[in-house]
Amino acid sequence: MSVGAVDITYRGIFQKNLAGVITKELVKAARHEDKIGGTVQRYGDSPERNGIPAKQFSVIADDADSLRVEMTKYEPSNVVVVAVMDDTLTKGVESWAWYGVRPINLNLAPGGTLLVISRRSAEELLELIPRREYAWNLAILPGEPSFGGLWVYNDDGTDYRTMGAVSRVAGDLVSLDSLLAQAASGQDGELRAEQLREGHDSVRAYPVDAGVGAEDTYEPVEMPGWTQMREGLVIPAVPVGETNPLFKKYTTRTARPLVKFDACVKCQICYTVCPDECFIPTPEGHWDIRYESCCGCGICAQSCPVTGCIEMVDEAVFDSNEPLHGVYENNREEYEELRQDKLAKAGGPIPHYGIF
Amino acid sequence: MTATEQATSGTPAPAGHEAGHEEIITGCDAVAQALRLLDVDVLAGYPIRPYDSVMSAVSKMIANGQMDAEFIVAESEHSQFEIGKHASLVGARAFIGSAGVGWMYGMEALVVTASLRLPVIALVGNRALDDPGAFGVEHNDALMVRDTGWLLYWVESAQEALDTTLLAYRVAEDKRVMLPCALSMDGAFLTHSQHIVRVPDEERVSRFVPPYDLGDRRFHPDNPVSIAPQFNEDWVMEARRQSDAAMRRARTVIGEATADFQRLFGREPEDPFVDAYRMEDAEYALIGMGTVGMVGKVAVDRMRAAGKKVGFVRVKWFRPFPRPELRALLRNVKGVGIVDRDYSFGSSSHAGVLYTEVTAALYPEPRRPVVAPFIAGLGGREVSVENMLEMEDSVERVTAAGELDPTCQWIGVRGPATDPRYEQGENPRTAEGGAR
Repeated sequence: MSVGAVDITYRGIFQKNLAGVITKELVKAARHEDKIGGTVQRYGDSPERNGIPAKQFSVIADDADSLRVEMTKYEPSNVVVVAVMDDTLTKGVESWAWYGVRPINLNLAPGGTLLVISRRSAEELLELIPRREYAWNLAILPGEPSFGGLWVYNDDGTDYRTMGAVSRVAGDLVSLDSLLAQAASGQDGELRAEQLREGHDSVRAYPVDAGVGAEDTYEPVEMPGWTQMREGLVIPAVPVGETNPLFKKYTTRTARPLVKFDACVKCQICYTVCPDECFIPTPEGHWDIRYESCCGCGICAQSCPVTGCIEMVDEAVFDSNEPLHGVYENNREEYEELRQDKLAKAGGPIPHYGIF
Repeated sequence: MTATEQATSGTPAPAGHEAGHEEIITGCDAVAQALRLLDVDVLAGYPIRPYDSVMSAVSKMIANGQMDAEFIVAESEHSQFEIGKHASLVGARAFIGSAGVGWMYGMEALVVTASLRLPVIALVGNRALDDPGAFGVEHNDALMVRDTGWLLYWVESAQEALDTTLLAYRVAEDKRVMLPCALSMDGAFLTHSQHIVRVPDEERVSRFVPPYDLGDRRFHPDNPVSIAPQFNEDWVMEARRQSDAAMRRARTVIGEATADFQRLFGREPEDPFVDAYRMEDAEYALIGMGTVGMVGKVAVDRMRAAGKKVGFVRVKWFRPFPRPELRALLRNVKGVGIVDRDYSFGSSSHAGVLYTEVTAALYPEPRRPVVAPFIAGLGGREVSVENMLEMEDSVERVTAAGELDPTCQWIGVRGPATDPRYEQGENPRTAEGGAR
């Protein structure tokens, strides 16, 4: 191996520092093996915005020329590990609006490892993660998504546990010994060593054969040449009542609003406050939700005057973006069962969600 | 090994570096480290990506008690640059910075800083000018001050960013110069990428950069002077001629300061003005600025391995422009390709700014190489090794064909090289049924 990369996919802004620490420390550890390296950040929308999927990469190389090439790319090649800081990101990432919703494992090297911090099983995650044409590995590091503050770093050990797990699945790139040596040279060396070992020992890897996983529906967005674009930076507007077919926004979401239509008083407040025009009127005056365009901000749930009518529910328990009012129209009892099922799987609604 | 090579290769530091330490930091962080080492007095800022991570880095160091400075976040770039100018005028070592249209917005304050001969240092995190809103690198922002008396430098690595910040203060504050200096750094590719950097110790830095002394120009009650009166036609030309003399003297000062830097910090001697890579016996050369140097060098290594005599020249100082160095390097070269990460619409050959400058620099040579203009990497588009090979190939072709005025090629643009319908004012998109 002359050069390899670790991709840390995270959510802005509360995991930005987390991703920064991991990428930097991986390179520092690789220095103990006389390797060289650097880090690259990648985002389209701002990683200073809540929920935005973004990436930071560690690039680790044996020689200067290999490193130089990778450091001038948008995203480094030969990504041997994609480490996902929040399992709802396994549904795909869209911080690069002009590329569409991209599979989480799109750029994973054949035989590489997708490392997910999650409490879910491999089977559950493979219902969300698209199949590849080659074999790869799914590794699960048990845990919850770690969120820090805008500037304050949440020192809960997720960084070192993740690094320990990386050394387990990609020891050629950076070894546990190097990570331990690097940790020993800094503050809280013993605690860090313990966290590294815990991550290394508790990660579970599952080989995934070619063709196993969710359907891969990704189609790259077609970008026109310079003679085929309108002049003067003009693009067509999205017609009233429609949404952008190329920019979905939903990968920003960690939780979605789920409506108890029976409780709805038809006040329209959700429709009024929604920044993304997700609420669609139904003939009887309810408001259905266009989940494809919902960024999961939670302001609808926060603004709804009826307790228990709009609730924010963990995104990972849903496998479709289809609006749900149709199910309700068809059979109210069936809809209530579906709602209760999702709430049970998610461990109940997320309290105090929204803008404060 | 050059400072640049060291930064991207991570080889052990030379002996002179023993007092420093290694860090993995971004280009912006590296500048912030230099500002701390230089004990800069007044920093003014106004956030715009990608330059603004230097603001975060500086405020963090001030909050942590590692740096003692006035850090003023202004309400706009114009005010920010005025604050820097006035701070410099009262004897404070000052730092400003911006990117893209933010740099443009403060243009009036930038030109007066140069005409008042104040050694303010700026960081420009190169960013495409709006519209369209884009974060990616283009060099047009910093180039907008190229005629106004600003010293301009393009760095390739985080190590060079740190080193050049030190060098910039040393040169700008020299009595013979007293001009502001803008340090340009490719947005994203360097502002937000971390490299292995050796951070020197303060003691060595203070030996390299003496305290800022504005002398009898210092604006102070003890030194009653009036600054920047209305001049009009009787005086302006003479003032301009003084700035011209200062810019001419800057060449000497840069030479001295670089030699001093290399001695003090234990670096291998290298040319202060250009980074010439494998140019000995080169028959063909590519020229560029900033991070394009990284891929340029890899491309040269590959071509050399294949037996081609090719070199790469990275222009470091753009103002003063390194005419003597380029003449000497390119005198015996057959063909040259200029990689402009900028544009100059309607200019000679409809090419970029660097092309215009290099061709002008070569004009007095009795035997001139064929110079082929390229535009690449606009708006942060990747410039790959393959792109560099493609350009070199094109240079060889036009040289063999004896073309003295090769057409400017856009490398990496989507769509055809040209379209006759488009040239005649027709939009092929409309002709093929699309809306105008």
